[in-house]
Amino acid sequence: MLRLLQLELQKLLLNRASKVLIFISFVLPFFVIILSSLRIDFFGFFTLELGHYGLFNFPIVWHITTFFASQFKFFFAIVVVSMIGNEYSNKTIKQNLIDGLSKKEFILSKFYTIVFFSAIATFLIFIICLCIGLYYSSINEPSLIFRETEFLLAYFVKLVGFFSLCLFLGMLVKRSAFALAFLFVLYILEWIIFGLLTWQTNIDIAEKIQNFFPLKSMYKLIDQPFQRIAISKAPNGQEFMYDFAVHWYEIAIVLGWTALFIFLSYRLLKKRDL
Amino acid sequence: MESILTINNLTKKFGYLTAVKDLSFTINKGNVYGILGPNGSGKSTTLGIVLNVVNKTQGDFHWFDGNTSTHDALKKVGAIIERPNFYPYMTAEQNLKLVCRIKDVNQSKIAEKLEIVGLLDRKDHKFKTYSLGMKQRLAIASALLNDPEILILDEPTNGLDPQGIHQIRAIIKQIASQGTTILLASHLLDEVEKVCSHVVVLRKGEKLYSGRVDEMISSHGFFELKAEKHEELIQILEQDTSFGNVKVEGQLITAFLNQPMDAPSFNKLMFEKGIVLSHLVKRKESLEEQFLQLTDHK
Repeated sequence: MLRLLQLELQKLLLNRASKVLIFISFVLPFFVIILSSLRIDFFGFFTLELGHYGLFNFPIVWHITTFFASQFKFFFAIVVVSMIGNEYSNKTIKQNLIDGLSKKEFILSKFYTIVFFSAIATFLIFIICLCIGLYYSSINEPSLIFRETEFLLAYFVKLVGFFSLCLFLGMLVKRSAFALAFLFVLYILEWIIFGLLTWQTNIDIAEKIQNFFPLKSMYKLIDQPFQRIAISKAPNGQEFMYDFAVHWYEIAIVLGWTALFIFLSYRLLKKRDL
Repeated sequence: MESILTINNLTKKFGYLTAVKDLSFTINKGNVYGILGPNGSGKSTTLGIVLNVVNKTQGDFHWFDGNTSTHDALKKVGAIIERPNFYPYMTAEQNLKLVCRIKDVNQSKIAEKLEIVGLLDRKDHKFKTYSLGMKQRLAIASALLNDPEILILDEPTNGLDPQGIHQIRAIIKQIASQGTTILLASHLLDEVEKVCSHVVVLRKGEKLYSGRVDEMISSHGFFELKAEKHEELIQILEQDTSFGNVKVEGQLITAFLNQPMDAPSFNKLMFEKGIVLSHLVKRKESLEEQFLQLTDHK
């Protein structure tokens, strides 16, 4: 396993483009989060201090930061599709197999890398959340601090799932740009199907079905936090209460997709003549 | 003899096209094999199948004693196919390190192998800055990293300039002299003739011949002759049952042997019959002539 991971890391880190993208995908979200947690003085007109609104208190900080950080996953998605696209365009996939890598190992090395980077991203966000939260909250009881850390798990699963989808699309179309276009097509397709379902049945059923779609199920893992923030501010906010929690079945759906995407990537490679 | 690769009734179809048809042969340790065939005869497809990149349609093959999986067996094989494929953004040394990781071998041999192909002083240059000849040589270095039991080369001199071809051939000969089994696919007959002891001839995916190069067609060779008494010589040759076909091109007579005969005894025979030869050469068909004969007959 370590060998496969080392292999892929060498391929990625020696490539300048993917190195820059990896750096962006990790550093940018944290930079934004840290920046937003600072007090920003707008030339004396007013000061913006998001922490002041209780956004960085435990436990809501876990929710907000994971939600925003996951919006930056697109940068690493480019890395994932290009790491497949490059193997095809350089024909190094052929050479790797000839040199004695099995097709299974080839897919696994990509998958391990995805898991590895998702784990690092999750770990980093954990550290940052902890620091910001401790800075803004007056809470210092561990059981309260680590409440709702399931958002971290959801974040991790979401990343792994999304990158697995990118890996599959990369394997499917062999070219990075087309794979990204496919991702966009899939997004539109999900909404078209949702529209059709709503038209044929009703919105409740359509929404339930939509939650099983690959992209939607990943999005659903971490619900948008705006409503929650509004509720916590509004005097009679309980009326607008919604279900923002991370549910086990949401995680199960995404893990199911992940397994399917990896399996399909493997099948695709196995059937293909290079 | 220890077998390295055994292929049994291998067939590969691409849609309606049959690229390899019911092919069987065995590669034994220590010999230098050539796979010969015109373009599109299924050479690369056959190699692709045994190298795990093309899926077979029917039949089977196994490496060594048949107890190792193909990808593990490939760790003991060195192979280069058509074009050298490396990561363009990595240096030669980094590319070879990657291959070491894939093959699970120690990285200590990198410098030694780069030295063999004469690229040691360029090891820190990126692969994309290399010329085609250098790329091909790097591919050979990469294939040698694990001190392979067998080296597979698919058209190694394709697209190279004369110097490049010469360098690659010199390297192949050097490797062959160390006792490494080599399998060389090529459509260049003189290339195969110069280095191979055994040959497999393919045409349209079918095997026409496999065996030693010098036994490829049952031929006892031929004489090229010239004499003052031109007509008489032709007459004698045509009456003699030792000779089959007699061809005349201007003053040069070519007589094909039906049974073994060496030049001195032929010379003696002619002298006894009163014919003095001004030109006598005994030759065997070149691989090219044999190959054409073989592919024409069927």
